Amino acid sequence: MTSQNVAFWILAIAMGVGAVGVVRSRNIVHAALFLIVVLVGAAAQYIVLLAEFVGITQFFIYIGAIAVLFLFGIMLTRAPMRAGDFDNDQRLPAAIVSVFLFGTLVALLVNAFGHDEINLTDKLLEASRTGPVADSIFRNFVVPFEVVSMLLLAALVGAVVIARRD
Amino acid sequence: MALNQYLILSAFLFCCGVYGVLARRNGVLVLLSVELMLNAVNINLVAFAAFTSNVAGQVFALFVITIAAAEVGVGLAIVLLIYRNLHSPDLDRVDQLKG
Repeated sequence: MTSQNVAFWILAIAMGVGAVGVVRSRNIVHAALFLIVVLVGAAAQYIVLLAEFVGITQFFIYIGAIAVLFLFGIMLTRAPMRAGDFDNDQRLPAAIVSVFLFGTLVALLVNAFGHDEINLTDKLLEASRTGPVADSIFRNFVVPFEVVSMLLLAALVGAVVIARRD
Repeated sequence: MALNQYLILSAFLFCCGVYGVLARRNGVLVLLSVELMLNAVNINLVAFAAFTSNVAGQVFALFVITIAAAEVGVGLAIVLLIYRNLHSPDLDRVDQLKG
């Protein structure tokens, strides 16, 4: 078992516990903090997979911006800080749907990718540094990049228009 | 490392997100669950980028992160509007179109 595998399993267990905490926690602030555990774990998984730029971006944008935005949302909707019931009465159907979906996905994935291995070689390390990622964005994906920037602008204007008081 | 361990981790996160979207009543908690699902997709993209030694997967993961930021901004604005109009962030109370 390689050191990457050990790191994967430690992070995967933390992320699994965090994900269950997000959907099962009875305290809304705890749910947001569990989400931060999952996001940090995902950033660390990207670094294990040698995707350093995506990992750092995940850290800055998700934990720096989105998590703070969620805490603001909790504050502005005056959610109770104590434990409360935030679930509706669809808990059993939701559990059935998600367990069925998980079983189907695992069966399909084991069938399709059961023997595939990720080889973390030096060649892969060189290919996934920040430089080649930037080259790829501004060479092959420059049109989607511009479209995403327009989308961000539209979302910014839209959020201001929706949320402002007249 | 097996490719499958990443894919199954991401499937687990996605199914947790599906459960949260279906079973939660509070708007902010539904958005948290949507974030969980978007993260699962990102893990898949980065795992396949490492598997195929092709950097395109990482670029798409960056796009997904950007779109998640936009989605949270608009989504929280909508939840705030619901809170302001109904004095509660409960999505079950948004039922004016019910006959």
